[in-house]
Amino acid sequence: MTWLTLLMALPLAGSLAVAALPKTNEKLVKQTALATTLIVMAATIAMALGFQRDNVELQFVEKYSWIPFFGINYALGIDGLALVLILMSTILAPVVVLAGWNESHGGRWSVKTFYILILVLETMMIGVFAATDVFLFYVIFEAMLIPVYFLIGGYGTGERSAAAVKFLIYSLFGGLLMLASIIALYVMSGAQGGHTFDLAALSSLEMSSTTQDLLFLGFFIAFAIKAPLWPLHTWLPDAAESATPGTSVLLLGVLDKVGTFGMIRYCLTLFPEASKTFTPMILVLAVISIIYGAILAIGQRDLKRLIAFTSISHFGFITMGIFAMTSQGHSGATLYMFNHAFSTAALFLVGGWMISRRGSSTIADFGGLQRITPVMAWMFFLAGMSSLALPGLSSFVSEFLVLVGTFTRYPAHAVIATCGIVLAALYILIPVQKALHGPTTPGNENLSDLNLREKIAIAPVIAIIVVLGFYPSPLLKVINPAASHVIAQLGFNDPVPTNGSK
Amino acid sequence: MVFTAPVLNYTLLSPILILLAGALIGVLVEAFVSKALRSITQLTLTIGTLVLSLAQVWKIRNAQSTTAAMGSVVIDGPAILLQASILIIAIISVFVIADTDHFTALAAALPGSDEERHAVQTGNQVTEVYPLTLFAISGMMLFPVSSDLITLFVALEMLSLPLYLMAGLSRRRRLASQEAALKYFLLGAFSSAFFLFGMAYLYGYSASVTFAGIRESVVGGSGNDVLLLIGIAFVSIGLLFKVGAVPFHAWSPDVYQGAPTPITGFMAAATKIAAFGAMLRIYYTVFANAQWSWSPLLSAIAVITMLFGSFVAIAQRDVKRMLAYSSIAHAGFLLAGVIALNKAGLDASIFYLFAYGVATVGAFAIVTLVRDSAGEVTDLNRWKGLGKRSPWVAATFAGFLLAFAGIPLTSGFIGKFSIFSAAYESGAKGVVIVGVLSSAIAAFFYIRVIVLMFFTDPVQDGTSVEIPSELTRIAIIFSIVVTIALGVYPAPLLDFITNLAIFIR
Repeated sequence: MTWLTLLMALPLAGSLAVAALPKTNEKLVKQTALATTLIVMAATIAMALGFQRDNVELQFVEKYSWIPFFGINYALGIDGLALVLILMSTILAPVVVLAGWNESHGGRWSVKTFYILILVLETMMIGVFAATDVFLFYVIFEAMLIPVYFLIGGYGTGERSAAAVKFLIYSLFGGLLMLASIIALYVMSGAQGGHTFDLAALSSLEMSSTTQDLLFLGFFIAFAIKAPLWPLHTWLPDAAESATPGTSVLLLGVLDKVGTFGMIRYCLTLFPEASKTFTPMILVLAVISIIYGAILAIGQRDLKRLIAFTSISHFGFITMGIFAMTSQGHSGATLYMFNHAFSTAALFLVGGWMISRRGSSTIADFGGLQRITPVMAWMFFLAGMSSLALPGLSSFVSEFLVLVGTFTRYPAHAVIATCGIVLAALYILIPVQKALHGPTTPGNENLSDLNLREKIAIAPVIAIIVVLGFYPSPLLKVINPAASHVIAQLGFNDPVPTNGSK
Repeated sequence: MVFTAPVLNYTLLSPILILLAGALIGVLVEAFVSKALRSITQLTLTIGTLVLSLAQVWKIRNAQSTTAAMGSVVIDGPAILLQASILIIAIISVFVIADTDHFTALAAALPGSDEERHAVQTGNQVTEVYPLTLFAISGMMLFPVSSDLITLFVALEMLSLPLYLMAGLSRRRRLASQEAALKYFLLGAFSSAFFLFGMAYLYGYSASVTFAGIRESVVGGSGNDVLLLIGIAFVSIGLLFKVGAVPFHAWSPDVYQGAPTPITGFMAAATKIAAFGAMLRIYYTVFANAQWSWSPLLSAIAVITMLFGSFVAIAQRDVKRMLAYSSIAHAGFLLAGVIALNKAGLDASIFYLFAYGVATVGAFAIVTLVRDSAGEVTDLNRWKGLGKRSPWVAATFAGFLLAFAGIPLTSGFIGKFSIFSAAYESGAKGVVIVGVLSSAIAAFFYIRVIVLMFFTDPVQDGTSVEIPSELTRIAIIFSIVVTIALGVYPAPLLDFITNLAIFIR
């Protein structure tokens, strides 16, 4: 059964269907897009049910020759990590379409173009996590920049074209560094038994430690730009500020995960030795990201920028979990990727509704929303609580796992990172207080509360946040074997607590 | 004295001979056919000739011969591939050239003179551009198959002289066009002189003008190396001039800008194929054993060319000049394929040349469409908001730019990947790293044009997009389809190239 190709083909077919519709019938365009994303979500869930949780090998493997001249295959396959991220992407897509029902209005181009771009992007989001051929991965990794670029530049607000260009240039630069590394891998594979881009074959290449270090950096910098790690993060706040809320959700929720996913799948697998060499430096960068993102978030006056900076802090946690090289850290990081997508989605979507109703994204312009629009205010509050990892909500589990996983090997880093949690309370509670509570700011009196469509859109997101907060084990059962497998492959054993048994 | 009649293999030479015959008939058409029928006759004749020649190339695709013309011409896989590429590019270029609105009615008249005005008013449009194009193409076809220095030089002049004239044919801004032609001619003559000078040294070194003879001396290593080095250096200057590599690039921005745009596209695409074709043959066969004499210098030139082209392109405000600098940068990338000096490098270079050529013709064809009442608008500031006014044209142009930038799923990416991996394989890691970095720089200015077209509001200044003529439309659609198809599924072409591309000596 070629599940993965089917998953990739569905949104593409949907985009063709949308393209065939008349431009004037916007409602039909949106309905087609929504139907497509719902079908994709259903298909993904159906596939996930057939996933063997305890099998650490790649599943749903497909392989067809694509460019035999270079030994390039169209090769797909997923493990627990990829499955979770594909699930995350395909659940978010219909939410974004439904939540942003009107956000394509007022763009440079038609509503139709917006949904074509979204659906093409969905195909690539699935492909980028499913690819097991390095060349295929790279092609999708780069090609998916183009729809996002047009989504930001065409439908965003404010300095949208500058933000779109900044995003593209940063990403392209990283991508080209990765390309240099990929070329080197390709050439080395040719010298060691035939040109190939197969991930498994490439991971067994022999190379000197200097080569490995350099190639690792090529990949890592590309991923660190994506996942924004301090100091390569500066494109993110601009992009998130200018993009529509829906685009931001896909950008921060899914695309940036390609960075952290790539660190696990490519950096660690292809260059285990170099990963160990660079771990101390990367952990420092991760800790800086956690604290720096949090402090800057506290200082933001703009709601969208604030959410972007909180994400930088969260990506610091994820990176730390990955490079702590413990299975808890890894499981936590993977779960964190999933949870971050939903808590950020909730923040961006509810924030986006607040902004579009108020006509301003400055936090100080809000006030008293709790009385005027109680449902919207509660949703924002819940999303904020999830972002600061309140126990009982999903992010808490993942943040806790990351910290535990890090502490067993790098206690100092974990302790400093814990300060990030305290700062998180500040960066969430300050806007909550300013925007939701206090006296009603003039101009807010007549804001309307969430309508039915918006309630339906946000409901699954909130449900996931709450349910996974109490009962994360279905996901963890999928994630844990994959995480332990990666750690074992790297030759690490989880540190045993030394003073517990006495 | 006994005179031996030369033995010619007419079948193998037929692609070139057909072109020359077509060109000569074209001259007669120019003289004898009435002005009402002239244009259409010339167009039909030119396309017919090109298609016939292409069919002939296809027929002899598996031929291998060093004796087609008494040892002066070698027909082998690379020769066939390069000739076919030149012809395909030529056909789509002629489709764009067919829009006579770009060409002066009477090139012989002084700009702004009464004769010129009279010619325009009476509709007495001369169409000498067609036979000139055919002459140029026959030179280009001969250039990469030459196997002695004399033929090589004759081919060089055969392709250059018509191009000098064609650069001066622009209908609008005629002075700039003529300036471009003169500049191209003077600098071209200069480089020919260098080339000839180098040839003399190579003859002095090896006592032979044939490639085989020179190669033998290089392999044997018995000659005077100083002569060889001087010979290589000066011949290289001549070739590097033609491909527009730094520091021999000075002509290209002005000529690209001044020449009629359809000619610019043709020149940029087809001349590159011919010149790099000859270069590949010479470096891969004749000078291959002297690799250590030229490789370091050529690597330096490649690096400078890539960086210079990419950096200077950023500062350009004119779309044709920007494409000129971008073509300089691409010449640098292509030099990486020459430096590679391995089979993969040869395959990659041929693929790259074809892919780049097709995209270039398409891109310049689109430039011809953006006009105001005074002709083409090449000022980038006036391209603002093109995406709003004519989304399809702008989107297609964006496609070509993404291909030039080497974004995946376009032919440019496969080309870049293959050429860089070949160069890396041969150990030219520095060139590859600089190449990748300058790709990043280059991406910046390609993207800036996309921003201008799509993310900036149009200015109301009478700039409009012409509805393309049917032929131009075909050329553009062909180019974009090939550009994307070669990006998504290049396997058949790559296989075809790799099976054929083996130099015989």
